[in-house]
Amino acid sequence: MQLSMNWLREWVNPAAGAIELAHKLNMAGLEAEATELSADPLQGVVVGRILTADKHPQADRLRVCTVDIGSGAPAQIVCGAPNARVGLCAPVATVGSTLPGGIEIKAAQLRGVDSAGMLCSAKELALSDKSEGLLELDDSATPGAAIADYLKLDDMRLTLELTPNRGDCLSITGLAREVGALYGLQPCKPGTEAVAITCDKTVAVTLEDATACTRYLGRVIEGINPEARTPDWLRERLRRSGIRSIHPIVDITNFVMLELGQPMHAFDLAKLGGPIHVRRARAGETLKLLTEETVTLRQELLITSGDQPVAMAGVMGGAASGVTTATTNIFFESAAFAPAAVVGAARRHKLSSDAAYRYERGVDSALQAEALDRATALALAICGGQAGPVTAAGGEVTAAAIPLRHQKVNDLLGVSIPAGEVAALLESLGIIVTPSGEGAWHCTPPSWRFDLAIEQDLIEEVGRLFGYENIAAKPYAATLIPPANSEARRPAARIRDALVARGWQEAVTYSFVDPKIQARLTPDFVGLPLDNPIAETMAVMRTTLWTGLIGAWLHNHQRQMKRVRFFELAGTFAENSGQIIETPCLAGLAFGNVRTEQWSDKARPVDFYDLKADVEALCAAFGGDVPRFTFAAGTHSALHPGRTAVLMRDDQSVGVLGELHPELVRGLDLPGAPLLFELDWSRLSAARVPVAQPVPEFPTSRRDLALVVDESVPAQALIDAAKTAAGPHLAQAFVFDIYRGQGLRDASKSVAMGLIFQDYSRTLTVEEIDMQVTGIVTALSQKLGASLRG
Amino acid sequence: MSPNLDALLKAAQADIAAAADARALDALRVDLLGKKGRVTELLKSLGAMAPDERKMFGEQVNRVRDALNHALDAKGNALADLALAAKLASETIDVTLPGRGEGVGGLHPITRTIQRISSLFNEIGFETVEGPEIEDDFHNFQALNIPESHPARAMQDTFYLKDGARLLRTHTSPVQIRTMLARKAPIRIICPGRVYRVDYDRTHSPMFHQIEGLYIAEKVSLADLKYDITTFLSRFFERDVEALFRPSYFPFVEPGADVHIKWDDPEKGTRWLEVMGCGMVHPNVLNAVGIDPEQYSGYAFGMGVERMAMLRYGVSDLRDFFTNDLRFLAQFQ
Repeated sequence: MQLSMNWLREWVNPAAGAIELAHKLNMAGLEAEATELSADPLQGVVVGRILTADKHPQADRLRVCTVDIGSGAPAQIVCGAPNARVGLCAPVATVGSTLPGGIEIKAAQLRGVDSAGMLCSAKELALSDKSEGLLELDDSATPGAAIADYLKLDDMRLTLELTPNRGDCLSITGLAREVGALYGLQPCKPGTEAVAITCDKTVAVTLEDATACTRYLGRVIEGINPEARTPDWLRERLRRSGIRSIHPIVDITNFVMLELGQPMHAFDLAKLGGPIHVRRARAGETLKLLTEETVTLRQELLITSGDQPVAMAGVMGGAASGVTTATTNIFFESAAFAPAAVVGAARRHKLSSDAAYRYERGVDSALQAEALDRATALALAICGGQAGPVTAAGGEVTAAAIPLRHQKVNDLLGVSIPAGEVAALLESLGIIVTPSGEGAWHCTPPSWRFDLAIEQDLIEEVGRLFGYENIAAKPYAATLIPPANSEARRPAARIRDALVARGWQEAVTYSFVDPKIQARLTPDFVGLPLDNPIAETMAVMRTTLWTGLIGAWLHNHQRQMKRVRFFELAGTFAENSGQIIETPCLAGLAFGNVRTEQWSDKARPVDFYDLKADVEALCAAFGGDVPRFTFAAGTHSALHPGRTAVLMRDDQSVGVLGELHPELVRGLDLPGAPLLFELDWSRLSAARVPVAQPVPEFPTSRRDLALVVDESVPAQALIDAAKTAAGPHLAQAFVFDIYRGQGLRDASKSVAMGLIFQDYSRTLTVEEIDMQVTGIVTALSQKLGASLRG
Repeated sequence: MSPNLDALLKAAQADIAAAADARALDALRVDLLGKKGRVTELLKSLGAMAPDERKMFGEQVNRVRDALNHALDAKGNALADLALAAKLASETIDVTLPGRGEGVGGLHPITRTIQRISSLFNEIGFETVEGPEIEDDFHNFQALNIPESHPARAMQDTFYLKDGARLLRTHTSPVQIRTMLARKAPIRIICPGRVYRVDYDRTHSPMFHQIEGLYIAEKVSLADLKYDITTFLSRFFERDVEALFRPSYFPFVEPGADVHIKWDDPEKGTRWLEVMGCGMVHPNVLNAVGIDPEQYSGYAFGMGVERMAMLRYGVSDLRDFFTNDLRFLAQFQ
């Protein structure tokens, strides 16, 4: 909301500059900024009155005007504005003046006719963003008067961004009350004259629901002058609040809203079809709004006339019953609608209006009569006419007293404010403070402070006026109970550091992704769709982190960064029989050469085993062998069927790793197949608390075997079988070479396996070891068809 | 010295000096001083001489032997030095070539910021707690004193799932609700995480990160909050931060405040920047989670992680955090 500072000062005038006043408001919780209204003094721009306006002999669109500019002979000015007409008062930039933007006004010839000065629009004087022809001034304006004096442009604009609880300050009245409390001043209220009732015309008013509309006042004014014009002083007030002048009656309702805080509406009486009834909409009813948009209603609060909707209560009037230039009889509405009744409707139809903005935050329930009288008086003064008596429904809402304890004030704020000061601060806001015992009060807020409901609300008011800056910070003193710190869960920081140390860069990507891409990556899991996504490419919750990582990879790939190692630790989302399942996952994407380009090793693309080494390192960081991590050949619809491994921990799958399926590389038009892993964080992060074993004192013995097996036999199967067949002395079994080719039958390979034997209490004999090796070889032969290579 | 002996010494010394390598030197040692070496033979011949002659000649031969031994050792050392120098020269490598192997990656600046903020609070007893990102109306709004018709709902445009009941949390405050429901006071937690709002332009991202803190105990006051926040800000920015608490409004706190810090902007000059919201937990919130507001009070605060990271590291464009351009990310290694 924007307001003229001069206007505010008519109500309350503290001895403080505008900037200082804005700061004071800020420190009291009302976000305010004071700016110069007009950066340009508009020197040499004066009021002019057009005496003659004749067609330009050479140009149809131009007029040659003689203009009374107060001093000396009238000036001849050529003007192109369509509203240039005899008798009009408008600003004239005289010869020698400079307009905002730097245009110098010189005596000139326009299409052969002398022109001494320029008739100006509001835009040319930087008073408006839009140009609507010459800025029309009141007929009573004095030619020759400096425009800056005439329009009182020496003003500041106060821009307020109020929090939703302070609807009471959305007017000059409300702001003046607040400023008065802050400076210890009593705001004065420019008097409202009593309205003389000179006609007996009324429109009956009834309410269906007195909680949605607590009060509704209306009044007829007959015989207004359709030719009336909103005077300059009122136009200027509206303009400084960013409101355009539309029609004198509409301008008056806007003015009263700005001045008192009461949104009002004016109906064209001729368009109303009967008594006013405020009721909920019936499903399917329609209403064409002032914006010309027709909305279909559900159960919005409506103003109806003769049972026909004529306005959406507190939001916007209907187009059919609005005031026009032909209107002669009007019906003024001044009502109190409950915030809940307005919020739903405005939000559902995505409508915003100054009225809805105020009703959503609350309007003083005792203000309607005063506002109606103020609007009536202005209408009679500006447009003439005969005012009828007020018809009313509903009543004032009475505020309940709130108990307040002095001790609680000081405890919650951490201060010691004397009781007398607490009461005085509250009273300065119009709150009635009544003692109710030792160190306790009953506080009754005024009708405009509908936001005050509980003790803490009052404490905030005390703190705000006392000044948060005057509350001394109190050093931290607390009973420290150390939080649980389980060693059986590894902190995320550790795994992130492990990946970073191995060259991985962390990424953060959006949790909602493109459903088309995701459907190809995880066709078996449907992502949860959003009801109101911001874009089609951000429409479903992700089921895998790979979608985002592929996006991050491509962004960099397209910018010459061909080698990436991205990981992300974040949630994936699924639904299982109505339950949302959020699974934090650790995922990674690797593409490009195994190392950054360098001089020593031969460059080669990263492959499955490079990725696996990193995943193995993660497993090692989480307790190594126990509980056991194992890899097995697996499948995943997004991964190459021959290059996919499942990581198992005990008998549970922790996740997958592998190379992106070539079909997807083609289908998604990717520059190659990245390597991917995705692991369930909760299963990965479970850690064991180490149980120390004695360090062996006796030497180990090693035996190497060269075993010929079918290509299809996985290395892990050989190791598992060897461990099963051997006794407790086999400490390690591992593969150290794979050979294929000459000397072997087709589709077979020779696997070199190292076996390390160990006993903790003695050195094993050669015979014992030989016996165990024989047992292992026999078992491998029987289970896996392995033979010793000759 | 006899002319013969003198000639022997001179010739042998010349031979030693001329020896090309350790092998040639060894051959000379054997030829001169070995069991059948020429000097050894001379020493053997002493036995057959008259005592006077033996004494005189013996001394001369011994001097020759010592001189030769010395020359041989010296030459041996010199040859070894040369050999070592040659070996070292041949083994020299270009140490300015880069090391072979993996470079390091880096943490995302958001993680880095969350870790830094969390650890500052962890040190004073705040436990890090996380919670679900898909929430329901109760935890995200109702329990936080934001009823259906509240204008604050419009302030945080919410992403909903198709069922209209579940939503993407608009703040990390639901974690506070879940924690207060699950635990008893005193409670001291810090809650980082992703949050979502329907807003997408140069200065808004539909997904961003918040970190919130909550402290519930007996007689927690606004004065405590002021100290803890001011101290945190000074530690985070590693300087004495001038902080201003302005009354503000959030439905879940009363009294509430915005925290502004004095910031020297090289372009815009010194100004006050809003960095977080905070306040005393609203009794309606405490009641919603079964904590007696007559016995306990508490404070809560919340800040945008991206905002803190932008201020701390001088990031000017919010979108950089989600583009994942390596040239941006590498700056936070």
